[in-house]
Amino acid sequence: MSSRETILATIRRSLGANAGDRTRAATVASRLAEAPKGLIPARGQLPDDKRIQLFARMLEDVSATVERVADAGDVPQRLAKFLKGHNLPPQIVRGEDALLAGLPWDKAKTLEVKVGRADGSETVGLSRAFGGVAETGTLMLASGPENPTTVNFLPEVHVVAIRAEDIAGDYETVFARLRKAYGKGKMPRTFNLVTGASRSADIEQTLLLGAHGPRRLHVMIVG
Amino acid sequence: MQITSPAFKANARQAMADADLQRALGNVERGFIEKRAKAVAKMPEFEELRDSARDIKNHTLAYLDLYLEAYETRVTEAGGKVHWAADAAEARNIILDICKSVEARRVTKGKSMISEEIELNPALEAAGHEVVETDLGEYIIQLRGEHPSHIIAPAVHVNKDQVEADFRRVHTNLPADRNLDEPETLLAEARGILREKFLSADVGITGANFLVAETGTSIIVTNEGNGDLTQILPRIHVVIASLEKIVPTLEDVSQILRVLARSATGQEFSVYTTLSTGPKHPGDPDGPEEYHVVLLDNGRSAMLGSEFEEMLRCIRCGACMNHCPVYHAVGGHAYGWVYPGPMGSVLTPSLVGVDKGGQLPNASTFCGRCESVCPMRIPLPKMMRHWREREFERHLSPATVRWGLGAWAFAAKRPRLYQFVTGLAARGMALAARNKGRFGWLPLAGGWTKYRDLPAPQGQTFQQMWAKRSRRA
Ligand code: SF4
Repeated sequence: MSSRETILATIRRSLGANAGDRTRAATVASRLAEAPKGLIPARGQLPDDKRIQLFARMLEDVSATVERVADAGDVPQRLAKFLKGHNLPPQIVRGEDALLAGLPWDKAKTLEVKVGRADGSETVGLSRAFGGVAETGTLMLASGPENPTTVNFLPEVHVVAIRAEDIAGDYETVFARLRKAYGKGKMPRTFNLVTGASRSADIEQTLLLGAHGPRRLHVMIVG
Repeated sequence: MQITSPAFKANARQAMADADLQRALGNVERGFIEKRAKAVAKMPEFEELRDSARDIKNHTLAYLDLYLEAYETRVTEAGGKVHWAADAAEARNIILDICKSVEARRVTKGKSMISEEIELNPALEAAGHEVVETDLGEYIIQLRGEHPSHIIAPAVHVNKDQVEADFRRVHTNLPADRNLDEPETLLAEARGILREKFLSADVGITGANFLVAETGTSIIVTNEGNGDLTQILPRIHVVIASLEKIVPTLEDVSQILRVLARSATGQEFSVYTTLSTGPKHPGDPDGPEEYHVVLLDNGRSAMLGSEFEEMLRCIRCGACMNHCPVYHAVGGHAYGWVYPGPMGSVLTPSLVGVDKGGQLPNASTFCGRCESVCPMRIPLPKMMRHWREREFERHLSPATVRWGLGAWAFAAKRPRLYQFVTGLAARGMALAARNKGRFGWLPLAGGWTKYRDLPAPQGQTFQQMWAKRSRRA
């Protein structure tokens, strides 16, 4: 018998279950199909404006910076200004995501934009988030041909653009959207939930930013 | 890793005399407890979320075989492969074969306790692969040739000056006169060195906090982002996970994530929670080309249906050890194997056998703090008591304990004799304590009175008092 068979047989024996038990199979099938929600904390269940404010506040609590950009067309200039204000080089790497690709990059003439994956030589990465969760200030980023995961982790500074309407109260709402976008049971290769900049407390429990990933996280809420 | 759990008492004595260790352990007691309390206070639904998390795992364990099959189907559909490993040796061999298939030179690793359990690193090194631990704490203890002393803070027993000395000893290509006084400079140095390793690794191995049956997804939860660089840069991503990590759906994992970080580090949410499904998709500019999951049993399937089944709900948050007075006093290494603290005291005998791990359930004051903070509501003290009973039944207790309990059992089954003997003892002890109200020493109980005083009985036994109360009522 293969280890697979042995393990499954031991589990069934320990549980006193039969391999062909239809009722058990039906219970599991319906749980997977229906994916019932559990308890959703009240914290994130807020009207639009308040929800976005909470999202920003939770991010600031974990040392991220947040700015609201009402008009998407202003993102390139605002980004150039942010980089200048923090003494960062005017160079970014980004994926081909439609939201980012559609921005008027020629408005920020000084900004050098590299399109594609990051290789570790870039200082600033710009990503677009699939969704956000106000409850804990969490960004959710989906990998794909237009959204390289390396941009989220290799550069020292991570800037994330998110549309205001994509900010939900809870994780479950974004997961439901993901299911709709990719199909039930399907996922992007990598789905990153990001809440703050990289950190470590492994040396004497002293909290330090910038362990292996970005030292700084900046979020632009668009719209 | 040699199991030194049977020598727990000697290990503990040594740990308590270790000044460096005692200084480092102060950080556990001060840091973790307060942070968790604050995070819990900010989430009014926390207790209900604990119930919800417990119920999800109970449901999953009751249908574990079916969820594992569903999970495997999804992983395969996504282009990944599940390898079933009955024990540590099989898991090691599977991973060695994968590394060999690409003639891997360098293997990077995210933090994984399962990797410790199966002693993966020595096996990989013996096969000629360079193994690099990338979690900062794991990296530090790898340099020191040690094992983790805590499941979420592996280097919690190490002080800053010790890290500095290790970095100077190992990073010899850097200027000898560089300043490493601050934790920031130590972190920056490790970041620089590990960046190189990430970018040149052939295989990346991570653990998993959860496996999702609905989607065939493995999830890691970290703060550093090392697990992410470990899995997106090399050609191959290997996940090593024990089979109880499974949960049904993304909704279920959302519930448990809400109690995990708050219980572990007192964060609202960890910085990086990463969901990985299969290898990279066609057209993806980055990500691994191969995705393997090694599903380890190693004794867990036999825990189902036993009095230790509930231990399989554990999500390895570390709260039980953070709140344990015994752990605070002796640290993690004294427990003598991979898993320390209360969860280790229950799990170790289950996984390595009561003959080797049977001493650990005695490393408890039964104060109940572990159970009161465990996000999964695992009755740790009750299970430690079960182990004590089993150990006794198997006659593995030291002879004096066995003899004493045997004599007690003999008398307890004979009420008259019991009342006579205990009455005599209570009066005698009251006399011997001479109004001090406690003993500093008692015959035959030196092991007890060596570290604490025993309150003296007030002259009556419980049964005598009970009888009096009943008469009054
Ligand atoms: S037993 Fe409970 S408290 Fe301890 S690590 Fe496991 S889940 Fe956390």
